[in-house]
Amino acid sequence: MVRLHDLPVEELFTSGHRLCAGCGAGIIMRMTMKALRGPTIVVNATGCVEVSSTIYPYTSWKVSWVHVAFENAAAVASGIEAAYKAMRRRGAWDKHVDVIAIAGDGGTFDIGIQALSGALERGHDFLYICYDNEAYMNTGIQRSGATPHGAATTTSPAGKKIPGKPEFKKDLIGICAAHGIEYAATASPAYWSDYITKVRKGLEVNGPAVIHVFSPCPLGMRHDSSKSIEIARLAVQTRYWPVYEVERGKYKLNIKVPQPKPLIEFLKMQERFRHLFQPEFQHELEALQRWVDDNWRRITALCGETT
Amino acid sequence: MARLMGLTGNEAIAYAVKQCNVDVVAAYPITPQTIMVEVISEYVHNGEINAEFICVESEHSAMSACVGASLTGARVFTATASQGLALMHEMLYIASGLRCPIVMGVANRALSAPINIHGDHSDMMGSRDCGWIQIYAENAQEAYDWIIQAFKIAEDPRVLLPVSVNIDGFILSHSMEGVSVLDDEDVLSFLPPRKPVITVDPDKPITVGALCLPDYYFEIKFQQIQALKEAYNVIREVNREYEKLTGRRYDFVDSYAMDDADAAIVCLGSTAGTAKAVARWLRSEGKKVGVVKPWVYRPFPEEELIKALGDVKALAVLDKACSFGAPFNALCSDIIATLYRYGKDIKVFNCLYGLGGRDITPNDLKAIFNDALEIAKTGIVKEYMKFIGVRE
Ligand SMILES: Cc1ncc(C[n+]2csc(CCOP(=O)(O)OP(=O)(O)O)c2C)c(N)n1
Ligand code: SF4
Ligand SMILES: [Mg+2]
Repeated sequence: MVRLHDLPVEELFTSGHRLCAGCGAGIIMRMTMKALRGPTIVVNATGCVEVSSTIYPYTSWKVSWVHVAFENAAAVASGIEAAYKAMRRRGAWDKHVDVIAIAGDGGTFDIGIQALSGALERGHDFLYICYDNEAYMNTGIQRSGATPHGAATTTSPAGKKIPGKPEFKKDLIGICAAHGIEYAATASPAYWSDYITKVRKGLEVNGPAVIHVFSPCPLGMRHDSSKSIEIARLAVQTRYWPVYEVERGKYKLNIKVPQPKPLIEFLKMQERFRHLFQPEFQHELEALQRWVDDNWRRITALCGETT
Repeated sequence: MARLMGLTGNEAIAYAVKQCNVDVVAAYPITPQTIMVEVISEYVHNGEINAEFICVESEHSAMSACVGASLTGARVFTATASQGLALMHEMLYIASGLRCPIVMGVANRALSAPINIHGDHSDMMGSRDCGWIQIYAENAQEAYDWIIQAFKIAEDPRVLLPVSVNIDGFILSHSMEGVSVLDDEDVLSFLPPRKPVITVDPDKPITVGALCLPDYYFEIKFQQIQALKEAYNVIREVNREYEKLTGRRYDFVDSYAMDDADAAIVCLGSTAGTAKAVARWLRSEGKKVGVVKPWVYRPFPEEELIKALGDVKALAVLDKACSFGAPFNALCSDIIATLYRYGKDIKVFNCLYGLGGRDITPNDLKAIFNDALEIAKTGIVKEYMKFIGVRE
């Protein structure tokens, strides 16, 4: 685990970007840059981070940064990695370059899952980070395959008949780990040392690595912008967001939660869940709680933990 | 010393790619292009080239990987056809917008539905406004020659645009021809390793692909328009240099028997070969006909076309792709626009042919020439749009 005074002072993701106040993704980008170990290229999928950090002619990035499109960060990273390999072989390049692909949940769970799967299967040496704010925030809060059950988005509104999103969240790390990659992990920016350590670990792996990090979003989750880190911590402490890693197929729980806080503490801070507290939608609240419990049991069992 | 090899169009392109010492090939199989990627895979697996072959999971990822690779300064190739090109559509604009000098072989094939694996130009014509330099080859030799020239054109610092080299699906992709190939050293001296201008070199950090709002977007697109214009000069230079090396003369436009022609056919790709043969035959009967074949379709060679058309009175423009609902199909629209711009009163009619690989026969072409000659004589166009060989 890294300690605060181990971190470089230099900011490679600089202020001046136009992410919302309290945006978790901005905090995550800054932390990510603290974990670099050498020459690095960031490939960023279309989404909040991309549109807010590089409004021409400005940029927040002090590393080389590439945006190509929404669904293909992993494919672009593949090309960059392969190119340096070939150029090293013919003597036109001599350095090792770390390639980090960064995409939102939409760019990962949904439209980008094919490109991600292909790149993982081919075994490119790159780190893929999905910052998960649990909806398509850039286009104005539409549901994604990462949106939790019951959450209200503009395409899963809290209607009178259908109160928020009926479906449940995909198991991204399960999908990635099933490719047999060496390293996959979840994280939360509230546990910065765990996250930064994981980014470094993902870079050090020879081959693909995936990190799935919870990303508070004041605008889309509709929470107080001063509470982002608190929400990111509650996500873990309510067992909503288990923090674990999968190394060569072996699951390990990184943050134990022996006495979970009530899920509603987490939900109540976010307006996207407000409708679930109406008496007639009590069963939806219970369904979400069941999903959290089942997911926790499943993950901890994989980690060989008893709860 | 040049050697003669028996190669199909696909193999000729693959062989040229090998000699061009590419760094990265990212491609996905699709008929009738598949053999290009198979042959290149063999080169890689036999250690005959240094390239990284990325067996991507789709054409969209193929072009995405090509863009990423190209931004590092690597020399990059891909190949596709039909549905594959359609799937890449989004990425084609990004490749040109980010000024990636990628070269792509396209074995032109019809677009679904209904699904059809045979040759027409619907695929590339559907992407004709994507900002790529677009070249159509008449035979395997031309395909080989253009690939080598394409890298030099694309990578020129005055251009930095991607290039597609098109061959007619099956007719060229799968037919074996004698192809005169250069020695590796000659290709290397003509086309040294790429010298990129700006790359994503992490030691000199840059931001590529930023969000450009109405205050900058237009200027960036305008630069692209100018680069395509600049490509004009570069293409000419490269053609002349290649001619010195090989004795084979390439240009924007290939014209046949146009000096005193009254009527002519304008068409792309392999059809021009048949049209030339038919023209020769009609010439022996004393009929003054010729053929004009744009080698370079984008940038559209207006000046060269006007020069090639000379004093011709009537033109049959052959399109192998349908622009549904448009007054004319793509090539014909461009020709008419060019004539208008140069104030030329040449009578034009459009022939839509070959969709889904339907053959165009020498007799079809003879009839088209005769129609054009009739118009040259009377000055009256009765039918502006003809459908060749279709059962109505
Ligand atoms: C092919 C394509 N479809 C749709 C879009 C529109 N679009 C841009 S960003 C975005 C959502 C991004 O969501 P996510 O990946 O979760 O990132 P976030 O904005 O939440 O950070 C969408 C739908 C696009 N740019 N490209
Ligand atoms: S919408 Fe959410 S993710 Fe996007 S910038 Fe605002 S807070 Fe960040
Ligand atoms: Mg999102």
